[in-house]
Amino acid sequence: MARPPSQFPQFSSVADVSKRLSTAGYLPDAQIATTVFLADRLGKPLLVEGPAGTGKTELAKALATATGSELIRLQCYEGLDEARALYEWNYKKQLLRIQASQGTDGADWDTVHDDIFGEEFLLSRPLLTAIRRAEPTVLLIDETDKADVEVEGLLLEVLSDFQVTIPELGTITAARRPMVVLTSNATRELSEALKRRCLYLALDYPSAEREREIVLSRVPDLAPGLAEQLVRTVRAMRALELKKSPSISETLDWAQTLLELGLDTLDESAVRSTLGVVLKHASDQDRAAAELRLN
Amino acid sequence: MTGPAVADGGLAGHLDGFVRAIREAGIPVGISQAVDAAEILTVVDLLDREQLRHGLAAVLLQRAAQRPTYDVLFDLWWPLSDRPRTTVESDADGDADGEPGESTLDVPGDDGIDLAARMREQLLQLLLEGNPEALRRFAREAVEMLGRGQPSPSGQSFFSYRVLRALSPDTLVAQLLTGLLAEGDRGGLAEQVARQTIRERLTALRAAIESEVRRRTAAEKGRDKVAKNAVRPLADQVDFLRAQAGDLAELRRAVAPLARRLAVRLSARRRLGREGRLDFRKTVRASLGTGGVPVVTHHRPRKVHKPELVVLCDVSGSVAGFSHFTLMLTQALREHFTGVRAFAFVDTTDEVTRFFRPGADVVDAVSRIGREADVVGFDGHSDYGTAFEVFADRWASAVGPKTSLLVLGDGRTNYRQPGLPVLADLVRRSRSAHWLNPEPQRLWGSGDSAANRYGEVIDMVECRNAAQLAEFVTTL
Repeated sequence: MARPPSQFPQFSSVADVSKRLSTAGYLPDAQIATTVFLADRLGKPLLVEGPAGTGKTELAKALATATGSELIRLQCYEGLDEARALYEWNYKKQLLRIQASQGTDGADWDTVHDDIFGEEFLLSRPLLTAIRRAEPTVLLIDETDKADVEVEGLLLEVLSDFQVTIPELGTITAARRPMVVLTSNATRELSEALKRRCLYLALDYPSAEREREIVLSRVPDLAPGLAEQLVRTVRAMRALELKKSPSISETLDWAQTLLELGLDTLDESAVRSTLGVVLKHASDQDRAAAELRLN
Repeated sequence: MTGPAVADGGLAGHLDGFVRAIREAGIPVGISQAVDAAEILTVVDLLDREQLRHGLAAVLLQRAAQRPTYDVLFDLWWPLSDRPRTTVESDADGDADGEPGESTLDVPGDDGIDLAARMREQLLQLLLEGNPEALRRFAREAVEMLGRGQPSPSGQSFFSYRVLRALSPDTLVAQLLTGLLAEGDRGGLAEQVARQTIRERLTALRAAIESEVRRRTAAEKGRDKVAKNAVRPLADQVDFLRAQAGDLAELRRAVAPLARRLAVRLSARRRLGREGRLDFRKTVRASLGTGGVPVVTHHRPRKVHKPELVVLCDVSGSVAGFSHFTLMLTQALREHFTGVRAFAFVDTTDEVTRFFRPGADVVDAVSRIGREADVVGFDGHSDYGTAFEVFADRWASAVGPKTSLLVLGDGRTNYRQPGLPVLADLVRRSRSAHWLNPEPQRLWGSGDSAANRYGEVIDMVECRNAAQLAEFVTTL
């Protein structure tokens, strides 16, 4: 099974990945850095799975920034089809073209036919766009688990050969392989075949140290002591049985909120008045208030 | 096998053994993945163990739940060497590890108790600082010094319980709280947060000790033996009936998305034939842009018929673990699916839908059902016959041609009459009906189980763990 060698590796080592992602504002741990490095080296798509708010989409964005690539995003949803993911013909424009030719000298059908299935009438959707680009590209296929099973079949074809066949135009092969990141919340098991073609990265909430670093790098004005307190409180909340555990972005929002309010310590009253920033369900708020003894 | 050019039985052979062990632990690894694993060896820095760990995980694993098992096996197959590392060790806390054992043991007149006491002090300090790396190093040292069992002909054994007994980390909690909290912080938020932090660090310590014991045992007795005992079942294969508190949290994570999927599945029929009747007006309007040719047709959205779901669950003691899961499932269904009515029964039935209004808390709902719902009429032993009869009697209109019926229970009737005709009638009246049974299929029909007889009138599925639930949901 010879796989074409990955073209243009972007990173020289795992340490390089860490450094450049950090510069792009994403602090990776050893697991993330290693897996990203391998995805780049082996030219394989990277499947990132984990609960909402652990930084899956962020990773793709940071990757684009770190490698100076353009980010092309395919947001999956139930009912996503080929026409939305790959390409479709611009019927309206084609029709106008036909009508226009009828009016004038009446060009013969063959010319018109060749004409209306040309580039001009092709609406390129994210997958095709990513494949045709000659510049560095990061292709983000977001929330893959939301799409129907048929879309997975389509992805399989595109991701294993990086080519798309359009009957009227022929096969379009990637001039330069995009880096592909698929994300999934694991609400549905993706097919074995798709998983086999990808490198797998299970993301969970970060460790306390890493989360503190993330907070401090994103909200640099926050006092380190307060950041520590904040992260520990968020972790205590995640340990409760909540319907929606606070995500990293909510930790960051909270840090920002505390900063704006000029609070310098996270005591009961501070938490109580800002709880809505981290917990978005009334029942979660009640539960946290009871278990963390806010009253 | 392609891979690094190493003599047969060398690195490639070792990797092969590792892959086999992973397969034996229940993680499916295909041939192409094994080949990819070999390729990983050529790309990562082999001297960096963590790189190797994460690199192999990236190609060998396909689900997050497999990771703990993988980590245990990885530690066995790619162990740390016994020698204390000489590089990078001479930094600030080098003295914690520099010469493990000797310096402490050499003190004259030292006995076990004294040693344990001193290690406890050190542990207290480390737990306060919370540096995971230092804690792991301490665990290795502690196993070396406190974990030895009686030497036997088959070699030296190590036991984590010996270490934990000597150190009794749980008794340090009070001191740790004092250390982490300023005075005046007691009783409120700060204390709860500190307690959680301590809990996390103690768990990490225990895991480190266990992993070190495994490593040493593997070195003494061979890793295959250890691998067999050390590997816990994957989270989604934990039996609902035997799940422990720790598993339940894992399960809950696994079940919540499944329930949502199940709700969609049970109501999915309407999605087929997505396009409804032609919307003539809209289509003509749109055709103006294309010179009167209706290129794009528009359709009226289909009338969404509200499917109804009735969940009937056994909440008796014999299925305690399962009923917790059951109610979890019910709650999740209720949240994603408006037409859900939930009924619970032991020896009589009561509607419990009200406890599961969206936003309610499962744990809270479960305890309220225990207190407020009228599910025990006689002696608190399950009585399916009476339960079904009461249900069919009092809520006759709940099941109709639009209803999906979901029964959750083990079908153990305590030798009372099973109420088959009533159930058969309910099944006939419903649009579809399924029974999820948490008992292994081979036990159906044994003793007081009427599962086989129920199976004749309703589609009964074995559903012992999250993996099976997932399968049921996908094949539905």
